[in-house]
Amino acid sequence: MTTTTVPPRRSDEPRTPQGKAGKFFDDRLNLAKPLRVQLNKVFPDHWSFMMGEIALYSFIILLLTGTYLTFFFDPSMVETVYPKNGTYVPMRGITMSRAYESTLNITFDVRGGLVVRQIHHWAALLFVAAMLVHMCRVFFTGAFRKPRELNWLIGLSLIALGIIEGFVGYSLPDDLLSGTGLRIAYSIVLSIPVVGTWLAFLVFGGPFPGDVIIGRFYIAHVLLIPGILLLLISAHLALIVRQKHTEFPGPGRSEHTVSGERVFPLYAAKAGGFFFIVFGVCAALGGLAQINPVWLFGPYQPAAVSSGSQPDWYMMFLDGSTRLFPSWEIRLWHHTLPPLFWPTVVLPGILFTLAGAYPFIEAKMTNDRGKHNLLQRPRDVPVRTALGCMALTFYMVLFLSGGNDIIAKAFDISLNAMTWGGRIALLVLPPIAYLVGYRVCLGLQRHDREVLEHGIETGIIKMLPSGEYIEVHQPIGPTDEHGHGQLSYGGRPVPKRMNQLGAASPLSQIRGFFYPVKEKPEIQAALDELEQREHGDVETAEGPKQLTD
Amino acid sequence: MTTHDTSTEAPSEEQIRQMTPEEAMIAGAAIDGVHIVHHRNRFPIPGTKAEKRAERAVALSFTISALAGVAFVVYFCAGKWKWHLPGSPQTFQYYTPVLGGTLAAMMLFLGVGLVLWAKLLMPEEETIQDRHDVPSTPEDKLFAEATLVAGLEDTGLPRRGLILRTMGLAIGAVATVPLVALVGGMIKKPGTQLLHTMYKPDPDMFPDTGGMVPIVDEFWNWIGPDTLEPGGLATVFPGVRKKNQYGYDGLTDASSPTLLIRLRPGQKVKARKGQAHFGWPANNPEYLAFSKICTHAGCPASLYEQQTSRLLCPCHQSQFEVLEDAKPVFGPATRSLPKLPIKVVTDKNGAQRFVAADDFDEAIGPGFWERR
Repeated sequence: MTTTTVPPRRSDEPRTPQGKAGKFFDDRLNLAKPLRVQLNKVFPDHWSFMMGEIALYSFIILLLTGTYLTFFFDPSMVETVYPKNGTYVPMRGITMSRAYESTLNITFDVRGGLVVRQIHHWAALLFVAAMLVHMCRVFFTGAFRKPRELNWLIGLSLIALGIIEGFVGYSLPDDLLSGTGLRIAYSIVLSIPVVGTWLAFLVFGGPFPGDVIIGRFYIAHVLLIPGILLLLISAHLALIVRQKHTEFPGPGRSEHTVSGERVFPLYAAKAGGFFFIVFGVCAALGGLAQINPVWLFGPYQPAAVSSGSQPDWYMMFLDGSTRLFPSWEIRLWHHTLPPLFWPTVVLPGILFTLAGAYPFIEAKMTNDRGKHNLLQRPRDVPVRTALGCMALTFYMVLFLSGGNDIIAKAFDISLNAMTWGGRIALLVLPPIAYLVGYRVCLGLQRHDREVLEHGIETGIIKMLPSGEYIEVHQPIGPTDEHGHGQLSYGGRPVPKRMNQLGAASPLSQIRGFFYPVKEKPEIQAALDELEQREHGDVETAEGPKQLTD
Repeated sequence: MTTHDTSTEAPSEEQIRQMTPEEAMIAGAAIDGVHIVHHRNRFPIPGTKAEKRAERAVALSFTISALAGVAFVVYFCAGKWKWHLPGSPQTFQYYTPVLGGTLAAMMLFLGVGLVLWAKLLMPEEETIQDRHDVPSTPEDKLFAEATLVAGLEDTGLPRRGLILRTMGLAIGAVATVPLVALVGGMIKKPGTQLLHTMYKPDPDMFPDTGGMVPIVDEFWNWIGPDTLEPGGLATVFPGVRKKNQYGYDGLTDASSPTLLIRLRPGQKVKARKGQAHFGWPANNPEYLAFSKICTHAGCPASLYEQQTSRLLCPCHQSQFEVLEDAKPVFGPATRSLPKLPIKVVTDKNGAQRFVAADDFDEAIGPGFWERR
């Protein structure tokens, strides 16, 4: 090739600093096109889409703070005595494991160690909580439907693993509370039929507590489970990039497009900012709200326990099921099937299996084979919403029963009444929640239609010449000769208040905190002119809307 | 089928060079099916007070963030942080809250600044992107299917059942071996370990008592009937100082904790079959000993209510009636707390001391498959 017709130009060289920096990488990696595509990727904007982000960001915080903690923590069950000149005087001379001693040292002898430990613990609570709320969002809006069933399953695995990771993590300090939880976990493994004893000995290396469990839990907590979590999170995000985000229906939105803001710069700035806000909230909690004060509990002793022993919140539904389950032990042919097996192994197994199968069950029941990229409002799918209410009620009864001794004490209720109340509520409340949820959905649907047909209640009462009083309604679209709205329901929120039509008080447009901001006259004139150009024509074209009855 | 792929013709290099960056960006996005349907500068008139306000708000957030960072470093280095006993100055109490607070302020204001910047200053935009999730074409599906089928044909597996079966065996071996090696390394035979505690008589260790294990308190004091008031309760342990293979002695082994209960005068126990003589004195027991480990999930059943003579496990609220030999009367536990047969012997100084006449006659703690 010759370039005789086009002389060499300096303009071939990038003109901007960005271009020059990009050239270095593009010469080596051919990144220009993929970079453009990624920077222009569109993310829809809705508050409910931020739950998953919170989960992701708290996981990053966990990785950062957790790595810091490994520099000081010693996962050893070797018996040691807290030194006579140790910082924390109440523990001096007390026998404990190295794991517990090093946790005390992080708390008392490492500058800022306590705040990092508490940020780590709070972030762990937030991680599971955000995942669960994110799951509810995905469920109630139908985001799990085809083609996203795989991501639903990955998400469910993340929640299960997140719960296990959390439990393993708070078992590490080997304090009295975590040791109690660990012993219950051992008893749960022991309760599994046929293989339980062998399995428990395999995990613990002998009868509880053995001498290896902290070391094994440690490597599971810092390497194995986080590694799997990281892989699953990467797959979760890769699928989102591949399939693109869902969004709610709205003007200009369709199954074939996604609308919102591009990654660069708006989404990047907002998401980056949101990461720091989540980190800030965790830091505030870690600094200001005490959590898991292991130095008050003391080291683990098999003979000791404190009343009101509560696990972290995400284990409480299992604690509750364990408290509520009746003492039904099966003894057959010289073998025992302990009652502990049902509420702690079988129940979570059923719950997670049902949740995992739900997208496929729903597709089968509704005979829906189509792909869905637009979300549904919960009210528009009453059966699913009601099922969700039922599941959440079931979960909440178990959750509250996990702290039924605290509730009994706080409200001076008989503990046995709490247990029986929980047993009955677990069976009675979920069906009621289904019925209530279903009716509420129908009611909301009807109200949407009513507003679409008759308009928004303005609160203005008019007296007719006949003496009759009527309320004036503001139609939200064109009306027929009877004054009935002609808009059909579009699967998105219907305005219910005049403010949502832009009829808010003009005072809300005034800027300024102490006094209204006044622009310079020449700038104000330019602003007015711009306003006139952009909006002036529109108003005159359509004219003010008629109020009707 | 309606196509939503409205990608435009790509402009030439020369045309792109003539464009402003914004025009070029819009053209480039359009090629990928990203359509910027609305892109508006929030402050088209330069120099408004509103714009300056927004800019100041963002800058103020970033400034506070930086100052909070400085405050963190200063307090981290200079703050009082060593724990002191109550009574001495408790200035260390502020260390963690101040660190957390300044760290939070640094992070929060940086985040708020970024979000304000995006929401107040950056141009507002509404962009629509084609999903491009049109299904694979029939041709593509057929090609892929054919590639799979042809590849499998090339391997000959459908015809060569022998290879298929033997390869299955080899893969099975490769998958099993690591599992066996790992599980095999970790496996421990439970044997009878769950059936015994350290109360098991040992004539070598305790020749003076005929092998019967002394019952001690948490400070290794050998206790006798005078230690408890009527209605009292103590946590006791087998007095075995020799550590077992896991490094636990009588005090620290998880199967050891035992409750020694002295009944109030007049209280009678409805004993379980064959265990009437397990208390002391054997004919009319005043002292009873039960395993403290709950038969439900293994927590110590440590809350004793004297008035109702009930033991409560704080983990899952199983309740045991002491006067019925610790029979479960409420909650998820099924089995009574195992009862320890106790006796009294006279030590060298002539004082009466408790010993365990024998080990528990059943496994202590939660149930398991092999338990009868």
